[in-house]
Amino acid sequence: MDWELIVCFEVHVELATATKLFCGCRIGTGLAANSLICPICTGQPGTLPTLNKKAVELAVRAGMALNCSINEVSRFARKNYFYPDLPKGYQISQYETPFCENGFLEIEGDGGLMRKIGIRRIHLEEDAGKLVHSSGSLEGSENSFVDFNRSGVPLLEIVADHNREPISSTTEARRYLERLRQVLIDIGISECAIEKGQFRCDVNVSVRRNGEKAFRPRTEIKNIGSFRFINEAIEYEKQRQIELAIKGAPCFQETRLFDEARRITIPMRGKENAPDYRYFPDPDLVEVTLGNDFLDSVRRNMPDLIQGRLSELTCDYGLSEDDAGLIAKDRRLFEYFVRASARIVNRKKLAGWITRDLFSLLKTAALDISASPVSPEKLSELVSLMEHGELTETMGRAVLKEMFQTSRAATEIIEKKSMTPITDIEALISVVQKVIAQNPDAVDTVRSGKKETINFLVGQAMRLTSGRADAREVRDILIKIIFP
Amino acid sequence: MELCEITATELSRMLRKKEVSSVEITNSVLRRMEERERELNAFITVTGGIALRQAAIADRALQATKGMPSLAGIPMAIKDNICTRGIRTTCASRMLEGYVPAYDATVVRRLRKAMTVLMGKTNLDEFGMGSSTENSAFGHTRNPINKDYVAGGSSGGSAAAVAAGEAVFAIGTDTGGSIRLPAAFCGLVGMKPTYGRISRYGIVAYASSLDQVGCLTRSVEDCAMVMESLCGHDKRDSTSAPLASPQLVENLQTGVKGIKIGLPAEYFVKGLDPSIERSVMNAVSIIRSSGAEIKQISLPHTPYAVSCYYLIATAEAGSNLARYDGVKYGYRADESCKDIASMYEETRSRGFGKEVKRRIMLGTYVLSSGYYDAYYAKAQKVRTLIREDFEKAFREVDCILTPVSPTPPFKIGERIDDPLAMYLADIYTVALNLAGLPGITLPCGKADGLPLGFQIIGRAFDEATILRVGYVYEKNSGS
Repeated sequence: MDWELIVCFEVHVELATATKLFCGCRIGTGLAANSLICPICTGQPGTLPTLNKKAVELAVRAGMALNCSINEVSRFARKNYFYPDLPKGYQISQYETPFCENGFLEIEGDGGLMRKIGIRRIHLEEDAGKLVHSSGSLEGSENSFVDFNRSGVPLLEIVADHNREPISSTTEARRYLERLRQVLIDIGISECAIEKGQFRCDVNVSVRRNGEKAFRPRTEIKNIGSFRFINEAIEYEKQRQIELAIKGAPCFQETRLFDEARRITIPMRGKENAPDYRYFPDPDLVEVTLGNDFLDSVRRNMPDLIQGRLSELTCDYGLSEDDAGLIAKDRRLFEYFVRASARIVNRKKLAGWITRDLFSLLKTAALDISASPVSPEKLSELVSLMEHGELTETMGRAVLKEMFQTSRAATEIIEKKSMTPITDIEALISVVQKVIAQNPDAVDTVRSGKKETINFLVGQAMRLTSGRADAREVRDILIKIIFP
Repeated sequence: MELCEITATELSRMLRKKEVSSVEITNSVLRRMEERERELNAFITVTGGIALRQAAIADRALQATKGMPSLAGIPMAIKDNICTRGIRTTCASRMLEGYVPAYDATVVRRLRKAMTVLMGKTNLDEFGMGSSTENSAFGHTRNPINKDYVAGGSSGGSAAAVAAGEAVFAIGTDTGGSIRLPAAFCGLVGMKPTYGRISRYGIVAYASSLDQVGCLTRSVEDCAMVMESLCGHDKRDSTSAPLASPQLVENLQTGVKGIKIGLPAEYFVKGLDPSIERSVMNAVSIIRSSGAEIKQISLPHTPYAVSCYYLIATAEAGSNLARYDGVKYGYRADESCKDIASMYEETRSRGFGKEVKRRIMLGTYVLSSGYYDAYYAKAQKVRTLIREDFEKAFREVDCILTPVSPTPPFKIGERIDDPLAMYLADIYTVALNLAGLPGITLPCGKADGLPLGFQIIGRAFDEATILRVGYVYEKNSGS
């Protein structure tokens, strides 16, 4: 019996704002403890938070890059719990209405096809301070100190959706994290330096038998130090849960920690001990309404992801710099290309069809790539037919034109028009002879050394066959006859 | 009449005419403090030295320059839940007994800029939680008119100070009636402006969506003058309205002809003391004969206001008071604590008083998973209904006139063991906080020698109209 793995990440990203989320303190690392603090970020009585607009911009930018819908009205909520590094006794976070919801991140799935990993929400919250213990832990130390330099630093929490295309393997998990990190770096919202704690993740793991609809209890593994440990933790947790299931033993919904020394996960707290955070809307902060002007300006200020796309096109897809440049320019065009390339061996050829033929059709019709009547799948089919020699390029061009006008599939058009190519060599020779007889002047020009004129003769042959001849073969025959 | 008993308006005029100096007024206040403070306990911290220095500076400035702020050189007091840089701010709690803020609240900055003279920080119910100023870790405050009675609360120290001549005016905060009730009990004018009118930055939060700063004064004109110097937008408070300070003193002379005043049926019901009803109705007839039109109106959701208030206020309080954990500042019980959990437990058990703990527990319960919808979410819905009651009423009338308290001042100790009876003292005041509306209280006679008051409620950000009505009443009532 096979088991399906379901992995959902909760990633915390430290935003690269100059100042903290709710006060004017600067953000920095490696400085003396408590040198970047003020009455607000140390929770002094009477202080109030005021929202850093830049952080909202970066949050929305991330939401747009991750294909989320942006909520017009968002709110901050208080998450109440006691810990010495939490100066107010609550963390200002978001609960019911985060800034961004329902997005996805596209990664290459294990089957080789692209998968859109669902992202449930992206919200903004403040970081806590840091405890410094005289020995290993809070409980075991003679003295513990609190450094509030990090308190109030803006964090973006990106939560994946277990209901929409969740990650199903450790390779996908790795690709998801790497891709996510790259996108966030590309759009300039964070350096995402893992060793500086700017990119931290918790992971939810569960398993179910193939075909099973319902989810089994999941476990959450907290704060894993590196990408490598994440994979080990997921793998360990998967095996542990499968073994429990086979034994018929219950798996509890609980929070676990990854023990880096022993390479296993260990229980931290069960569901019954889960803290009740008593979330409620923060009365100190008003609702945030994001108008169209603001959203437009975020869109305008979005640094191009062009670099990432460019390198992907040249390295992974083998495109020329020129074609890659044309396709990477627009994210939607890039996505079109990636979708169309699924079944194609010669992706350079595909790129040519997009940047020359499809572009000119779109331009004439004054259409945008997102409104193309030829879907990436249909274009893929057309190019694939040519790749298998079932269609000449000239016919392909004519078919594409008709596909563009009718939105019909290539095979449909070909069948209807009996546009099968002329493969009989005798028939081709007789066409060429006819062309030579009809164009004696052109033939003389070719003989006198102006070889370009041969293209004219090829064109005439293609016209006579309504494009059903293979142009290269026609040229070969012409040369053989003219220069015997 | 002693200098310390005169209104701020009159003192301001005298200072400008150089008939008197700020130092003289301040000394008069300090002498009064010597006579009465031991008995009244209106102050937690007296700042006599600071006051005399500020008075001397104000005198020099008044000598040297014209166009000084109208409150320059006037002695005043600030409730001890408002942060003052370098001066301890206790909230009447053992938890903050030695807490000295590193910054000034926005209102304190404005009062410093206005060159007022700070006499000290006044007593209150711990963190503003109470209606009698008996819940204070620094002892209760007595009513200057009769020392066996409470001064009202939670701004009882501010009220007692102004009524006794220990300050010319005082700053208070009002979450459910905490300015208006003590103002009424001590025979003063008290105003809670519209939510968002005055910055809350530096006000130690009790219930953030209800808390508002205001003032306790000896006359309506004083009230308008103090309000002008406190109001205005503050970028440090996201809930502060982006409006400039209104012209309130100028507007007082406009009169009340044609103004429509509503009397809500739900506020004149069983439980209202007959002496109060009589004196409030007497105030109504004075205002009517000054040209205002009186109408009967209805605020149907009034009976739910107190329950709604105690759900929302305690929920917010439970969260707001979580920061007092013994880690960063304030009281810490560390002698017997073996771990962090017991340090929290001991610190909070010993640092907070009984009423504060009661409200934290109520608030924690109200927000708990499984109870949120039944209590907090429902209370928010009721709050909307209460707000809509007022919106409807204000389509028919320009302001609403009601009693402040259902009973005259009560005796010290009379209700301290009966929290429910204590909560009901707020029955006529909490709805305004829930709706965010401005209200002013004025004295309207006495019962058995103790002051009684009435309340005028206005539209949001229309403090001007209720001040005008109050001014006309004050002129024509002969008080």
